[in-house]
Amino acid sequence: MKRKLLALTLSALLLPAAGSALAQAKGKISGDVVKIGVLTDMSGVYSDLGGQGSVVAAQMAIDDFKAKYKPTFKIELVSADHQNKADVGSNKIREWYDTQGVDMVTDVLNSAVALAVAKVTTEKNKIMLNAGAASTRITNEDCAPNNVVHYVYDTYALANGPGKAVTKLGKDTWFLLTADYAFGHSLEKDTTNAVIANGGKVVGNVRHPLNASDFSSFLLQAQASKAKVVGLANAGGDTINSIKAANEFGLTKNQTLVGLLTTVVDIHALGLQTTQGMMFTEGFYWNLNPETREWSRRFFAKHKKMPNMLPAGAYSAVTHYLKAVQATGTDDTATVMKKMKDTPINDFFAKNGKIRDDGRMVHDMLLVEVKKPSESKEPWDYYNIKQVIPGDQAFQPMAASRCPAVLAAKKK
Amino acid sequence: MNSNRSVQIAYAIGLVLLLIAPSLIYPVLIMKVLCFALFACAFNLLLGYTGLLSFGHAVFLGSAAYITGHALKVWELPTLLGILVGTAGAAGLGWVIGSLAIRRQGIYFAMVTLALSQMVYFFFLQASFTGGEDGLQGVPRGTLFGLDLADDTNLYYLVVAIFVGAFWLIQRTIHSPFGQILKAIRENEPRAISLGYDVAKYKLLAFVLSAGLAGLAGATKTVVFKFATLTDAHWHTSGEVVLMTLLGGMGTVFGPVVGATVIVSLQNELADKVGSLVTVIMGVIFVVCVLAFRRGIVGESIALYKRMIGEKTR
Repeated sequence: MKRKLLALTLSALLLPAAGSALAQAKGKISGDVVKIGVLTDMSGVYSDLGGQGSVVAAQMAIDDFKAKYKPTFKIELVSADHQNKADVGSNKIREWYDTQGVDMVTDVLNSAVALAVAKVTTEKNKIMLNAGAASTRITNEDCAPNNVVHYVYDTYALANGPGKAVTKLGKDTWFLLTADYAFGHSLEKDTTNAVIANGGKVVGNVRHPLNASDFSSFLLQAQASKAKVVGLANAGGDTINSIKAANEFGLTKNQTLVGLLTTVVDIHALGLQTTQGMMFTEGFYWNLNPETREWSRRFFAKHKKMPNMLPAGAYSAVTHYLKAVQATGTDDTATVMKKMKDTPINDFFAKNGKIRDDGRMVHDMLLVEVKKPSESKEPWDYYNIKQVIPGDQAFQPMAASRCPAVLAAKKK
Repeated sequence: MNSNRSVQIAYAIGLVLLLIAPSLIYPVLIMKVLCFALFACAFNLLLGYTGLLSFGHAVFLGSAAYITGHALKVWELPTLLGILVGTAGAAGLGWVIGSLAIRRQGIYFAMVTLALSQMVYFFFLQASFTGGEDGLQGVPRGTLFGLDLADDTNLYYLVVAIFVGAFWLIQRTIHSPFGQILKAIRENEPRAISLGYDVAKYKLLAFVLSAGLAGLAGATKTVVFKFATLTDAHWHTSGEVVLMTLLGGMGTVFGPVVGATVIVSLQNELADKVGSLVTVIMGVIFVVCVLAFRRGIVGESIALYKRMIGEKTR
């Protein structure tokens, strides 16, 4: 009896090892299934940015790919709500990689979660196409160019775009309203650099605590500074509250408000009356051309909201990944990554997009101005495109990279 | 004697289950459950046995997580020493916060702990070594006696050892004369004073002990996940540990373990099954728990068991 129990326990201990050996022995595509994970915030503060929208977009990408390319392998989608907790995200992604055979993960909103997930992805040698998180650390200090791609945007592009373009439009004196934590500080730094480099001047700035409820004193300072532009280096609820307050104080009559992390979803929430005349950078606009309109209408039919750059980017990332798997006939990480880096990205989201050596996907960004209510012809018709910022100017140049792998390659 | 025997058997079964569990369940998940179980046990020592509701306990979890992370990553200390440094840091912080907070009772005590913990939270948000909202990432797990802790199984047994050791310590504390005095304070503080006990000293010691053990949980968690983030120090986590303790059974030895297991595994399992409904489900559980079974899962089970035995003997 005792021996039987011992044998049982032992075999139970050995079982997982045997299982993984079996999986490796099979064909070129592990388990004959390409499994894609969408890890995102579905219930918290960022859920409007990506969330369910990214899941819908990833599913669309898979369906479209199946219809168009008739792949011989199976494609499956899994999704999870990391609840903005790095430990939940990290735990889930480990489980996905170890027990469910997930090959690639996308969206990954929230920088803390994204950095944690990137570490696990590198450790397990899988692929992460980050469409959601903003931190430039993902392609600099914490870069992992063999496994992690930063696909859609980052704080540098968000700050640099308006900093440069708006200053060049003659609005050359800035006042910055900064959320007092790392994200806000990096936006502030990058904006200031861009403004100064283009002959502008930052005449003042003020820092507000995270989740501030009263912006009046900060906005009065901004008004008193007489700067032509008031830049909002904050995000989420703070951005929304500061825009509302700016509107109530009549600040927008004489000064231009520049949001540094704003998307079409925020504009929809706030309404054109409040946001008209605001300028910012976004990576995608649904109403840009027939191609974007066609895709976005299909997305709208499923999700009842127009896409911002996150779901659009997630769709593009999943498609680009699947094409690379199809072309190479394997889901081996190194092979697929090489193929993805070698192939330019041309779809409704990016024109001649390219994945650089530091893992940054470089594509054109849009500088937009929010329309007046009278100019808007249909629901969600919100932007005037002021300028298309070419990819090589929008993102941090390789020369400034702090990515250890890139620095090591340079030395050689 | 008989009931003592059955308790021993229950412990033995629990230990065996813990030892073979990684072959059945994903080990990282169990390690996470154990860390939170330890956290909840530490909290229960204060709430369940001393009657002090601290609403800022996450700060001890978080500070130990950051200190250990920094010690392992920057100072490159050995893993065990790193965990100890984190634990000691949390206990020290517990002494500071505790000696201020125990001067007040009831809701004021809870508010003081909340306020002080929020101060520390905002310190972590600003301090450069924590990486702000990006978190302290890429903490190495290191090695122990030549064993590579990067291997999940090796680490698992270390975590089990830490958990069992800490659990034993809590168990001993509760049943020691010191624990008896804590219970006396919980039941009737003026009476404990009139009996000649220096109540403030006992409360402070319980607070420091609880903070240190919560810190041990946070330090271990950093080693398991290789990062420390603001979530650990956020007041949401302070709320969560209250939920775990109440759901499992306040003032019972196993209650917090059961509560932590239920909450953590729900958070994890529901994440990819119901998506955005996770938080709603958590809320419903809390409401049902407060309305229908106030003694928590373990408390109600014990009460039920006692009722059944009572009926039999009658």
